[in-house]
This record gives sequence, C-alpha cells and structure tokens, in this order.
Amino acid sequence: MAEKVLMKGNEAIAEAAIIAGCRHYFGYPITPQTEIAAYMAKRMPKIGGVFLQAESEIAAINMVYGCSSAGKRVMTSSSSPGISLKQEGISYLAGSDLPCLIVNAQRGGPGLGGIQPSQSDYFQATKGGGHGDYHLIVLAPASVQEMAELTIKGFELADKYCMPVMLLADGTTGQMMEPVTFDFDVKPAPEKPWATTGTKMQREHNIVNSLYLQPEKLEVTNLERYKKYETVKENEAMWEEFMTEDADVVVAAFGIAARVSQNAVIEARKQGIKAGLIRPITLWPFPETPFKKAAEHAKAFISVELSMGQMIEDVKLSVSCTKPVYFCGRVGGMIPSPAEVLSAIKKADGGDR
Amino acid sequence: MVVFDKPHSLIDVPLHYCPGCTHGIVHRLVAEAIDELGIEGKAIGIAPVGCSVMAYDYFNCDMIEAAHGRAPAVATGVKRANPENIVFTYQGDGDLASIGTAETVHAAARNENITIIFINNAIYGMTGGQMAPTSLPGQVTQTSPYGRDTSLCGWPVKICEMLSQLDGPEYLERVTVNNVANVRKAKKAIKKAFQNQVEGKGFSLIEVLSACPTNWGMTPREALKWIDDNMIPYYPLGVYKDRSAAKEAAE
Repeated sequence: MAEKVLMKGNEAIAEAAIIAGCRHYFGYPITPQTEIAAYMAKRMPKIGGVFLQAESEIAAINMVYGCSSAGKRVMTSSSSPGISLKQEGISYLAGSDLPCLIVNAQRGGPGLGGIQPSQSDYFQATKGGGHGDYHLIVLAPASVQEMAELTIKGFELADKYCMPVMLLADGTTGQMMEPVTFDFDVKPAPEKPWATTGTKMQREHNIVNSLYLQPEKLEVTNLERYKKYETVKENEAMWEEFMTEDADVVVAAFGIAARVSQNAVIEARKQGIKAGLIRPITLWPFPETPFKKAAEHAKAFISVELSMGQMIEDVKLSVSCTKPVYFCGRVGGMIPSPAEVLSAIKKADGGDR
Repeated sequence: MVVFDKPHSLIDVPLHYCPGCTHGIVHRLVAEAIDELGIEGKAIGIAPVGCSVMAYDYFNCDMIEAAHGRAPAVATGVKRANPENIVFTYQGDGDLASIGTAETVHAAARNENITIIFINNAIYGMTGGQMAPTSLPGQVTQTSPYGRDTSLCGWPVKICEMLSQLDGPEYLERVTVNNVANVRKAKKAIKKAFQNQVEGKGFSLIEVLSACPTNWGMTPREALKWIDDNMIPYYPLGVYKDRSAAKEAAE
C-alpha cells in the first residue's frame, strides 16, 4: 500500500505526470494553475526532464506540438484565457493526430473574467474549441486523488488514440489539499514509428502535417479520424453513479459541482426524496448510458454546473428529451451551495413547484 | 571532373514555385549544407505557412508542418525533446517577421540551438501579393495599392538588426541569391548556420533577400535587379552578429 501524502490538486497533477513518464513540460504563468509549473520547474531538472517557460500560451502549445512530433509524452497546463490562446495549436495537434495532455484549471469568464473556479469552458473543451471538426478526450476530476489518476489515464489515452487529451479541472480542485496516493501501474508509451526523430538514413522521411489541399484527401483524413472517435466513444466513457438505481430526481454534475451535489443528494434522501447523482468522468465522450438507463425511472434531471448551463445540452441529448432537464448553477467564480442544489432537487421532485 | 547532381537531401520532384522565384535556389543551398555536413539522418525541418508551406514534400529529412509563425516554437519543442537532432525552420517574412515575431525573438533570446532560414521577399506570396512586414516604404502591393504609406502602416521590420540587439543569438547574417557570387556567399552562411548547431553554439538565423517576380509584377531578371536597387540599400547584407568570432577576436 503506497503512502498517503497531503497535496494540492495541481501538484498532484504534476507528480502524476512525472510518474506517467512525462519529461517535457511547456507552459506560461496564469492563475489558478501556477503550482503545476512551479512543481515542474523544481522537479524536471533533477530527473533529466525539461521545464520551459514559453513566451506565450501560443508558443507553449506549439512547443508541445513539436515535442509530441518528436515522440515524447508531453504536457502543458493553463487556465481559461490561456486555453483560449492555445486553441489554434490544439486544432493542429488534433489535425496531425498527435498525443499530449492539456490541463485547464478553469476560472470564470468570459474575457479576463476572474480567478475563481468555473466550469464555463465545457463547450470549448467538449465541442472542439478551435477550428475544424475534431474532439479531445476530456477528463473531469472531482478530487485530488482523481487529479492524479486521470493525469496518468490521460497520457495513456492520448498515446492509445494519438489525440490530445484535456484534463478539465477547475480552480477549486486545483487549489484544495487532500490525501493522495501515487500507487500506479503506468502503461508505458507505445512505439511511435510516425515520430520525427530523424530518418537515420534508414527509412522514408516522416511528415507531421495537417495540410491537405486536395478536398478528397482532406475528407478522408476527417472520416478516418471520426472512425477513431467512434471507437473512443464505444470504449472510453467513464462515470460514477450515486444512489441512482431507484432515483426520481437525477442530478448530473462533474468536478467540484458533483461534490456539492452529492451532499445535496444525501440530504434529499434524508428528507425522503429519491435523489441520485450521475457524475460524468469523461465529458467527451459523454457517458450517455447511465442517463438513458436512469431516464427509464427518473421523473426529472438537473444539471448542476458552475456555468450558465452547458453540460445540460448533453444531458438533454442523452435522455432524448424524454424527461425534463432542469438547470442549477452559479457563475463568475461562485459555487452553488448544497442547499441551493437541494432546493432544485425539491422543485424537480414536485415539492413546491 | 565535377558532375552536377541533385543533393540527396532534396527529393527529386518538381517544385511548385513560380518561375524566377528564389525559393528553389535556397532549398538547394539548405540541402547542400545538410549533405555536406552529413546530417540528413538526424535533421528535422519545420515548414511554415506561406509559399514554402509544402517544403515537407521537398526535403528528404523528417519534416513537420507548423502553424503560421510558430515554427521557432515547434523547433524548440523538437530540439528540447531530442537535442541530438539538427532542427531547422524555413520561414517567409509574413510568417517570421509578422505573425511569428514573438516566437522569433524569444527563440533568439533563449539562444535556442536551432537554425532558421528566413526568406525575405518583402511580400506575402502565397495569398497573392499583400503588404509584408518587410515591404519597402512606397512599395505597391495588393493591400498597399498606393504604395506603402509609412504614416499609416509604419516601417519595415529589420530582423537581423533587431535581433542583433539581443544577448541571446549566436549568429545573424543577411545574404541574397540574386547572382552567382551572392549565391556562393549565401551557401557559406547557411552552412555555417547548421555547423553552429552541430557544435552546440546556439541560435543562427540567415536572412535571405529573395525575389518574387510574380507578385512584384516583374520578369525574373527585373526582380533580381530590384533586389540590388531597392532591397539591399534598405536591408544591407552582412554579418550582424557572430558571438564566437567576436569572442575569439577579443581573446
């Protein structure tokens, strides 16, 4: 049994990345994820790794692009405004089928917004974000332990499917301290025969590229990428259910909102309301299965988010609008209280509607 | 007997460049330098966005196509991943001196151990002849139809002069390829820029004043003369920084 250590979520991400074999980190300072860069700056030189503070988010993601082309497990991290800047590079990574891990410790927006936690980059993360047809695998941790676990999983999935993975955290989970164990069995990076590591005069040259001027060819690359996405959808959706078996009211929430919601569900049960919680762990692919199942008995769903309501669209799609889906959320860095969620549960249950 | 032959590190395919464009000459010089230094097997080239966007189809070494202006950042990622690789970027003036200025300046400031070949032809070629950051005052382009008015759109960016003010870079030289003598000098500069990287000396950038007859609206011969008459007076040729030579001279 591995030792438990008390750690901030952001630090747990950094340590887990190192355990995953990541030896290259490129980033640019932004609150509230600075601990990741600080941790990497301290550790990387001591383990033969590279920490490089780039001149911009744009440069950082393009360094990731170069490093991933060279076959390395590589990551960057930022927070919402910085992630917007990275979108061009993320589109190129997706278009060139390159693996990497991108951490977004979300803060309130739009614009410069604030530095308090938010989940309002859900659309950006799950629907593409940059230009063109593409997806990222999006992982949403709800605890410091899960920050570590999903970091490892993120690198593995990126390498398995040759695509960028985003760890969609938030200012709270990044900053809070919890006990965490680093007892992981990491799948090593696979062979990467496509990597640009030099021909050594022994093979044809490798090209990393997303340009196809002939529309027929570009269409084929898109179709093939979407076949891959179908495989990801079939195999990689992850979620956690809490008291959903007999639930009348099912709350959907991820990350920090799920922890608040779980308390509300417990309180609702105490008060005799059959409430339950589905916590998507992958936001893309969105776990439709538990929602479809719950829709067979639930009378209503509530999407609890730190946004004006973004994931709610995927919840509605998952239940094919067969049941009402309500929204409960706070924005701007505010977090809904368990009482607010409980009140939404009661309303949805028909108590005082 | 000297037999003229294609460099091995240049693939034997027709280039897509316009008649009279000097990209072909510079591609060949880069390939000759790679061949002569015996580094093709460990060379990684970064293609830009612009006329040379498809350089990845012309060089025999491993190649990466970068986003517009980001080649120095991509090169940094590659070099930091595998320092034993010889990493070069090949970029035009819009790519390097406009949208990618930050990446250029900071790669130089870090003395990133990479080689940059900078094609300055004072115009955006691929998009059909718009004003470039390096277009000359008064130069007529699609987006400066009355001539570049410096009171409205400012002055050209002199990359070698600008970067020479930084402590970071190892080597900066401006050359051209508009006659045989200049081609030979350009070859020497490009080879040195690669040699510097092999020796771990750091950031080398060679600016090549180049011709774009198509978008300048000239014949190839007129374009080569235009370099002499208009570009060189504004962008003087020469070595702008050579840290190792300066150090040796000081010792």
